[in-house]
Amino acid sequence: MNDAIVYRSRMPFAIKIEPRMSVPRWLGPVVNIAAVVVALLLGMVILAVVGGDPFATYAHIAQSAFGDRYVFSDTLVKATPLILVGLGCSLAFRMKLWNIGAEGQLYIGALCASACVLTGFITPATPQVLALALMMAAGMLGGALWGLVPGFLKARLGLNEIIITLMMNYIALALVNFFVFAVWSEGGFAQSKTFPRNAWLPRASEYAATFDFLSGLTTHWGIVIALVAVVIMWYVISRSRWGYEIRLTGDNPRAANYAGMPIVRNTILVMMVSGALAGLAGMSEISGVVHRLQGTISPGYGFTGIIIAWLSKLNPFAVVLSSILFGGLILAGREIQPSGIPRLIQGMILFMLIASDVLLRYRVRIVRTR
Amino acid sequence: MDPIIFLNAGIATGTILLFATLGAVLSERAGVLNLGVEGMMLLGAMTAYSTAVSTGSPWLGVVLAMLVAGALALLHGLVTISFQADQVVSGLALTFLGTGLSLVFGEGLTKAGITTLLPKFSIPGFSLIPAVGPIFFQNQSIMVYFGYALIPLVWFYIYHTRPGLHLRAIGENPGAADAMGVHVLRLRYVYVFVGGALAGLAGATISLAVSPGWFSEGTTGGLGWIAVGLVIFAQWDPLRAAFGSYAFGALRRFILDVQGPKELFGLANPFFYNPNFGYFLQMLPYAFTIIVLILGARSATRRRIGAPAALGLPYVRGQRGK
Repeated sequence: MNDAIVYRSRMPFAIKIEPRMSVPRWLGPVVNIAAVVVALLLGMVILAVVGGDPFATYAHIAQSAFGDRYVFSDTLVKATPLILVGLGCSLAFRMKLWNIGAEGQLYIGALCASACVLTGFITPATPQVLALALMMAAGMLGGALWGLVPGFLKARLGLNEIIITLMMNYIALALVNFFVFAVWSEGGFAQSKTFPRNAWLPRASEYAATFDFLSGLTTHWGIVIALVAVVIMWYVISRSRWGYEIRLTGDNPRAANYAGMPIVRNTILVMMVSGALAGLAGMSEISGVVHRLQGTISPGYGFTGIIIAWLSKLNPFAVVLSSILFGGLILAGREIQPSGIPRLIQGMILFMLIASDVLLRYRVRIVRTR
Repeated sequence: MDPIIFLNAGIATGTILLFATLGAVLSERAGVLNLGVEGMMLLGAMTAYSTAVSTGSPWLGVVLAMLVAGALALLHGLVTISFQADQVVSGLALTFLGTGLSLVFGEGLTKAGITTLLPKFSIPGFSLIPAVGPIFFQNQSIMVYFGYALIPLVWFYIYHTRPGLHLRAIGENPGAADAMGVHVLRLRYVYVFVGGALAGLAGATISLAVSPGWFSEGTTGGLGWIAVGLVIFAQWDPLRAAFGSYAFGALRRFILDVQGPKELFGLANPFFYNPNFGYFLQMLPYAFTIIVLILGARSATRRRIGAPAALGLPYVRGQRGK
């Protein structure tokens, strides 16, 4: 039974809310964009309340994130880990697995990738391709391991994966801090020594000799890896049998169970793949950006990934666009006062997105009553 | 490390968790999962401290913290109860939103200096009881005593009053409750607000009593998330919630205190001489939460205790539940 709700008033019209039978194709994206716009407008209001200049701040964000190709290149650097983490979250959310431990998985990925270098397993003499492949594998393995634990506990004991993944974030951070301070500290600082050059993901500017327009650009090979991951993820989710199992399990676990799909195995696998993507993001950050292990690798990429997955409606290609948007916000946000503004805007965007979903399920109509 | 002093401080830290956990128990009993505890707590801590600094009245700070955090929770209520959005994602959004708001409005509050805090006192007579007295009743903040009073109150309310029965009903079987004339949606809003207000109270307890001041996100440091985990451990029971909160409070204190002395039980204290072990100590509360959940899962299956049946599900009148 899905009756319409009618709000009557003394006015000669009434507001009628009725469930939609079908959603027009254009409505989803339009509502999505509207939600982001409303969130940004609310952000302006709050900025004005705390005494900032909303227009100047937003103009500054746009200018310092998308103003020219140099800053846009920096935005892409920020978008790289976001794409990977967003993909990981999208995959898990598809199966209604709330992996909010991407932040910790990212850190463990970074830790394992740097361990390859800092333990001397990769020497400056190792061929660069081999060194990078090893680091990628180690990063993914570390992330996968950090996803395996909550995945296993969820699948076998029915434990709430939200709490477990979140707790593991804190554990990961403490673990990385231990290694950064106690084991690989360079001169007592919260960072390891710089990696040898063969452990660096090459930057675009290194190809400036051949391609002139690349000079001075900081974007590194991580973006290519991330884009490859996008295509693979699209294929896996939309075209493969495994992707079908994941989608069905997410939409209707009971049907999936009756169809004989291995839900326990898939839960663990999805959490591992989700973690591996976050781990890869961590590897890309230390190998492509900071070139050393340090305590502060991520300004909350793992959490922003959640919003990105949601904004993209779990679509891998949309993840790229959302990541660039949020990459710009994070890049420009570093100089904005008060410093909480980017976080606030992120929260508001996510909130508006969820709230606006109601417009896709219900139709609000104003009807004449007299 | 004097065990009495450390347990005394542990009870104070546990009180923070107690308020947040009891709030979450009430909200979840009504069928609304609110993962935004961390955000609401942070906003409460910021509001309380900021109010106390600017008006000089910590009490006004406490009241405002509860109202503001409750209002933030109502946003979650609007989106999940009326708009029937996913409670998990909305709760996450609330965490971001609460954190963002507290950081923006708490800008500069770190350097605000000291302010009047909530009063601390001993309970005459009680504080003389051996062992128990010095731990529970000596020089504690008024919030701690308020916590003691709240535990039996909430317990009695949930299990032995008519509104408490309604609360359980709307969380277990909202359709049946609705048929009996209980206002399911209205009550859910009420308990979401109460849950938020208690999270705000927990925040105020941090910034105005237990560890005074405003330290951005470090103010709560994941306590809100631990509270969310404690609810599961507590199996939605206020008495178990209280036990869990105080135990975790003591654990958190232990981690701080164990790094202080040069000697521990007559041996050289490894945590004092090698502060790097401290990182493993930092992991303890979070690792413990996981372990506690694993142990709880076992006993819950054995005793067939589960979450409120309608937890996480929106209620739409006339629509058959899942």
